[in-house]
Amino acid sequence: MIVAENLGKEFRDKDRGVIRAVGNLSFSCQPGQVYGLLGANGAGKTTALRILATILAPTSGTARVAGYDIRREPEKARQNLGFLSTATALYGRLTALEMVEYFGRLHGLDQAAARRRTLALFERLSIDAFRDRRCEDLSTGIKQRVSIARTLVHDPPVMIFDEPTSGLDVISARTIVDFIRECRDGGKTVVFSTHVMSEAEKLCDTIGIIHDGRLLAEGSLQELRARYGHAGLEEIFMRVVGA
Amino acid sequence: MNGRNIAVVYRKELKDSLRDRRTVISMIVVPIFLMPMLTIFVGALSARLIGRAMLQVPAVMIIGGEDSPQILAALRALQDVQVVPATPDYGQQIIDKKIRAAVELPPDFDAIIANGDTARVRIDMYQGEINSGFSADKLQKFFRDFRERTIRQRLDARHLPENLAEPLLVEETNVAPPEKVGGVVLGGLVPYFVIILALTGTMYPAMDLTVGEKERGTIETILCSPISRMSLVLGKFLMVLTASLSTAALAIASMGLTLAAAGKMVGGLSQISSMGLQFQITPQAVIWVFVMIVPLAVLFSAALLAISLFAKSFKEAQSYLSPLTIVVIAPAIVSILPGVELNAGLSLVPILNTSLVCKEIVSGTYHWGYIALIFVSSCVYAAGALWVAIRLFQREDVLFRI
Repeated sequence: MIVAENLGKEFRDKDRGVIRAVGNLSFSCQPGQVYGLLGANGAGKTTALRILATILAPTSGTARVAGYDIRREPEKARQNLGFLSTATALYGRLTALEMVEYFGRLHGLDQAAARRRTLALFERLSIDAFRDRRCEDLSTGIKQRVSIARTLVHDPPVMIFDEPTSGLDVISARTIVDFIRECRDGGKTVVFSTHVMSEAEKLCDTIGIIHDGRLLAEGSLQELRARYGHAGLEEIFMRVVGA
Repeated sequence: MNGRNIAVVYRKELKDSLRDRRTVISMIVVPIFLMPMLTIFVGALSARLIGRAMLQVPAVMIIGGEDSPQILAALRALQDVQVVPATPDYGQQIIDKKIRAAVELPPDFDAIIANGDTARVRIDMYQGEINSGFSADKLQKFFRDFRERTIRQRLDARHLPENLAEPLLVEETNVAPPEKVGGVVLGGLVPYFVIILALTGTMYPAMDLTVGEKERGTIETILCSPISRMSLVLGKFLMVLTASLSTAALAIASMGLTLAAAGKMVGGLSQISSMGLQFQITPQAVIWVFVMIVPLAVLFSAALLAISLFAKSFKEAQSYLSPLTIVVIAPAIVSILPGVELNAGLSLVPILNTSLVCKEIVSGTYHWGYIALIFVSSCVYAAGALWVAIRLFQREDVLFRI
């Protein structure tokens, strides 16, 4: 599971001074559930998820990922999570097989186990025919599937997705959405960020609306509808952020 | 830090880099082919140009001498110069390379010599121009021979012994073995090329493994793996070091092989072959040059990794690294300059110290105290650079400076 407690992140900019990207962000997500961070561009979603993935360190607060504190045991936290975003590209000169195996090895698997696990994932994701092709030669859709295999190679209990469908065509985006569902159904804890209302409506058990780095509203879609008196998530979102 | 993870990263980076054409060119092709090309082509060209200049029969003018038929006849009889009719603009003609030199004879030259007086002859030439220099040398030789003949005739006329005008003879003998003399001539060039190539071989992989990851969007991918940042930077560093050392090793090997050919080519020139130089590097020197290059390669690898990581883009990294080439070339050039000798102070100056000690090693001189001092000081600088690189990999503002 994931538990975020008063997470905060400030950046220093020589022109603008101290910028608060995330402030006092607290939420939790249980295994078998999807928590969606919904926010406009620049709301602080990416920073929040990068903190959970321990790519960035928080300036205040902390979080536990699969029981590991991200401040004290960041490597163990990363060992138990899979992180996917449009910014997590593949190594173009490696083949699909080498790419996923490499991450299996980085997650502590030995060569044989990494190979076995990679091939099983390729079979499941129907990309076995592409395993010896360099990643730079793959189509966007196949690259996405290789990225999915990369996040799953160590079978993590926690999955974090940062705007995973951004910039993808309908078919590739559908693959990702189906994958998120599979993760949830497989009992994984899933946190994902999006600014696409329809995705949040379809996937999330709990939605957190984030604006200017702060969590302004949280609840299931039904709870948010009841609280704000609107049927559509878009209207609820506009009401919450006061736009 | 985890040795297994460092090895995993290193193997991946090595495989990845060896599939990159630009890395392979800078790491393998340049050191193997640059040396023979530079040595053989430039050497062959120099040998040909010098040989041609020496064999050329240059056009020269004789200014004055109308009243001195004997010296005129002797000069015109010279086989290796062609006397052309004198014109008042002979100076300009030398500058324009229409003639190569001119001899200015004083009035009554023959009479002055006959009277036992001193005649002042001037040879006009174009300083630094090789053909003009050879022409002036030929004229100098003619007048040197003429002077010696005249002295002998004057002494003979007075019934004096020939050695009266030669109270002493000075002989210069080279006591250094030929390989040492050859080493001094080429010793500066070997470290110069090896150091430059150890740097250039590092440049592309250093950028590819750092700012290249930022540009391609893989930095976030690798940072979300459980590997520690120290293991990550050390794995990358080892790959860049491999590139630097293999470039240096290939450069040394290539140079060793081509020097023999180059030595024969340069040795073909009469003046150099008469000096009996040997242009070759001993296996012991090859090993020691490589040993001394290792800490320098560590310094280059760590420094370039840190600088490249700091950059936002490949272009920005190139703009940082290009001036660095000059920073490295400058001390390497200083080490070639005559009179720059290894001492305790210079042993602490990075790059220059390695360049100077390698120069000594190639010429067969091993100052073990300096070798130890330079190795240790270079290791300290290298460790400092590596520490900076590791620190930078911990900084979010550097990793995400995009």
